[in-house]
Amino acid sequence: MTMTVNGNTVSIPNDPRVSLLDFLREHLHLSGTKKGCNQGACGACTVLVDGQRVLSCLTLAVQCSERDITTIEGLSSDGVLHPLQQAFIEHDGFQCGYCTPGQICSAIGMLEEMRRGVPSQLTGDLCAEVVAFDRDEVRERMSGNLCRCGAHNGIVDAIEDVFREAAE
Amino acid sequence: MSMFEKARETAQGVMQTVMKKAVEVAPDSWMPGGVPDPLIAAKHGHIGRPVSRIDGPLKAKGAARFAAEFRLDGMVYAALSYSTIAKGRIADINIAAAQAAPGVVLVMTHCNAPRLNPPPKFLSQNKAAGGDDLPVMQDERIHWNGQPVALVLAETQEEADHAISLIEVAYAAEPAATSLSEAIGKGTETGSFMGEPLHNEIGNADKAFADAAFTVDSVYRSPRHNHNAMEPHAATIVWEGDRLIIHDATQAVAHTAWSMAQIFDLDETDVHVTSPYVGGGFGGKTLWQHQILAAAAARLSGRPVRIALSREGVYRIIGGRSETEQRVALGSDRYGKLTALIHSGITPKSPNSALPEPFIVPTRSAYAVDNMTLDVQVCTLDMMANTFMRAPGEAVGTFALESAMDELAEKLGIDPIELRARNEPDKDPVGGVPFSSRNIVEAYRSGAERFGWDMRNAAPGSRREGEWLIGMGCATATYPYYRMPGAAARITLSDNGRATVDFAAHEMGMGTSTVQTQVTADRLGLPLDKVTVRYGDSTLPGVILAGGSQQTAAIGMAVMSAYNGLVGELLKLAGNDSPLAGLKPDEVVGINGGLAHRNKPERFENYASILTRANRHELVADGTPPMPFELQHWSMHSYGAMFCEIRVNAITGEPRVSRFLGSFDCGKILNPKTAASQFRGGIIMGIGLALTEETQFDERNGRIVNPSLADYHIPVHLDVPEIEIMWTDIPDPHTPMGAHGVGEIGITGTGAAIANAVYNATGKRVRDLPITLDKLFR
Repeated sequence: MTMTVNGNTVSIPNDPRVSLLDFLREHLHLSGTKKGCNQGACGACTVLVDGQRVLSCLTLAVQCSERDITTIEGLSSDGVLHPLQQAFIEHDGFQCGYCTPGQICSAIGMLEEMRRGVPSQLTGDLCAEVVAFDRDEVRERMSGNLCRCGAHNGIVDAIEDVFREAAE
Repeated sequence: MSMFEKARETAQGVMQTVMKKAVEVAPDSWMPGGVPDPLIAAKHGHIGRPVSRIDGPLKAKGAARFAAEFRLDGMVYAALSYSTIAKGRIADINIAAAQAAPGVVLVMTHCNAPRLNPPPKFLSQNKAAGGDDLPVMQDERIHWNGQPVALVLAETQEEADHAISLIEVAYAAEPAATSLSEAIGKGTETGSFMGEPLHNEIGNADKAFADAAFTVDSVYRSPRHNHNAMEPHAATIVWEGDRLIIHDATQAVAHTAWSMAQIFDLDETDVHVTSPYVGGGFGGKTLWQHQILAAAAARLSGRPVRIALSREGVYRIIGGRSETEQRVALGSDRYGKLTALIHSGITPKSPNSALPEPFIVPTRSAYAVDNMTLDVQVCTLDMMANTFMRAPGEAVGTFALESAMDELAEKLGIDPIELRARNEPDKDPVGGVPFSSRNIVEAYRSGAERFGWDMRNAAPGSRREGEWLIGMGCATATYPYYRMPGAAARITLSDNGRATVDFAAHEMGMGTSTVQTQVTADRLGLPLDKVTVRYGDSTLPGVILAGGSQQTAAIGMAVMSAYNGLVGELLKLAGNDSPLAGLKPDEVVGINGGLAHRNKPERFENYASILTRANRHELVADGTPPMPFELQHWSMHSYGAMFCEIRVNAITGEPRVSRFLGSFDCGKILNPKTAASQFRGGIIMGIGLALTEETQFDERNGRIVNPSLADYHIPVHLDVPEIEIMWTDIPDPHTPMGAHGVGEIGITGTGAAIANAVYNATGKRVRDLPITLDKLFR
């Protein structure tokens, strides 16, 4: 059994207890994905699985057979940062940097959800094909990604800066 | 106490009193900061510019390496088992199944743990880092519910986690003090903090209160809090012979190295602690049992060890903020002039913790009042050692004091800002010394104007939009300026015109590495890309705690000292052939990659030229700053005026902070981008303190029952409105760069500003944090 991680094909571990998070961090040494609670409460471990944002601590590696995984390490290429990574720096969307990879992966997944018209609790028009970009929509949809340093304003600014036009 | 000891203590006390008085009355120019730092007046430098974090790209890429991300050959993983009783002993512990489990390398209990000295408790000695001084897995005694009783090492984390679940412990429980009311009944004593009793008396507050024309007298409560840094505590540890190497997540590298040396009977220089990145600290990332246990297990097993606490583990073995019950009684005349101020109360601590929550500290310097009684009584509970958490004392003390000021303002019919202005002190009310820089009235004026305070209707419950009641509140933020002894820095200047500056400080997200790069660049007259800052390593110079919001000042003064030494050496090396010939160190400034005469810029030689002519590849200068006597000579603090607009749902009681503004007076702001983030971060933790955060302690058995981020509610994105930050930017002439600390002040005053806004919105005065829906609904 294999999965693809940032474009590379890798074998899935034999121990079925290994979470996707621990597989990334301890087996593949991709420690950009963070472990903040290991119980799905903080979002620090968010990665993209086939383009959708997923909590890798609540996902077993063996569930990811034939899946395409993108981690924070897969967002920049040849040293060129993803525009959202650059915007996080410009808007000071982090302090300690521990929740940051999860926030960035989550925001990328969130954009696709809004483009697909997936409503949130705050969405007025449940039938809209594309959810209109709005700072409170972002706040609601990013609320699963905790930040204790309090970089929330900068994170929303960065997401708005890069995604407002893309979303509409 | 023997007569000899008593005599010695008395003599020490007399000496301290004499010394303190001498420092108070000495001329300003004798003090550190007596002559203003030249950088205060400097313009066109990097200071004051919103430079993005220099570690930003690494963090945004996920490439910054945290403590649990160091990989060592042959490394094994640790797991811990925690006691389920609060007091007693381990009667029996069965480890057979765990030892036989796949992948297990070691099971360690008190039966086979190496003999260790107890950790030196924080503040007990200069470099002590321990959260308490209890023995670490040395005997069968249990001191709190959650104490580690066994550690497993295994080849993988999964194997360690499974094996730890197989350990069976039988306890012989003993009666434990876990009820606050029962502990208070057994007696309290006056607390002490940083070597001083938490008790102050001026005049006769009881009599003045009884005689006062207007009074308020209320009791405020704050619950336990946990830091909840996003990165759980972790360490990767290896022994190289008798050398101990610890890759830690800590805000005290030098303290930890020294303390571990005491515990393991090592020479301090044989312990090397690194901590290049810390995923948030807030006071919690010091020395606790996990580093000690992992180092012991590494020694027993002969293998490098990774210990990464689970989120529950953080609650079990890392202390948090203790609860408080505070009385604030204010008396005033009919014009609002305070005549009596009583701030007293009770807080529980563990028998071995390093501090009682010192909630009266912010009150000492708050208001001009002739009659004041401040007092913290302490009782003891059998619990995890409580500890420092962001603005210990001030965070919850300002909630009580500033709520009471709001209550008094309403009774008097005076605007809350005006009431504070009428009680603005012209010198420190308790210490009697002048303030170094205090512009709180200006912070209020500019903040109120920006926030639109004049739109507030003083009558509670008078503004409603649909089902939402809207209110405004304000409160004063304050946090002391600290500069702790022990700092040092080293500047290495190379003949290619580059400088490296080294100090054993920490980057937990405060922006330390970025700001110190800016400051050093300006001091030396170099561009940012010619300066490298190295930190987060115990082998670097100095003992610099990332605590008390003091790093910027401590490092700043140390770098200034190193710079002064460097300039002296450079002028000697420059010799008689240089345009600088004959100049004294205080006649030159660092500019354009070299030194120049202060007033005649044409008398200039660049660093590369000076070093090359002297045949020097590099020049090293160490700096040790003077003792921080300025803290006794002036009353030194950061200040802020906090403004909150809140919406409370009239049907459900749901409170939502809709706008917040912090107007700060914290000296010169060195980097507007990172400073604003520090202020916002503190305010957001203050929103949690006000509305959602509570560590729930089961008084029946002393167990924390919500040890997870699902059950302990920190603010999430939707809880955080746009937070506006502004500052006076008035430099303090007596501090390095004119700056004050900015890390902790944001959490002070915020709780009261929110509670006062809730009152203005609803007419309900909640004095019991957090302000949850049930308290507003009933």
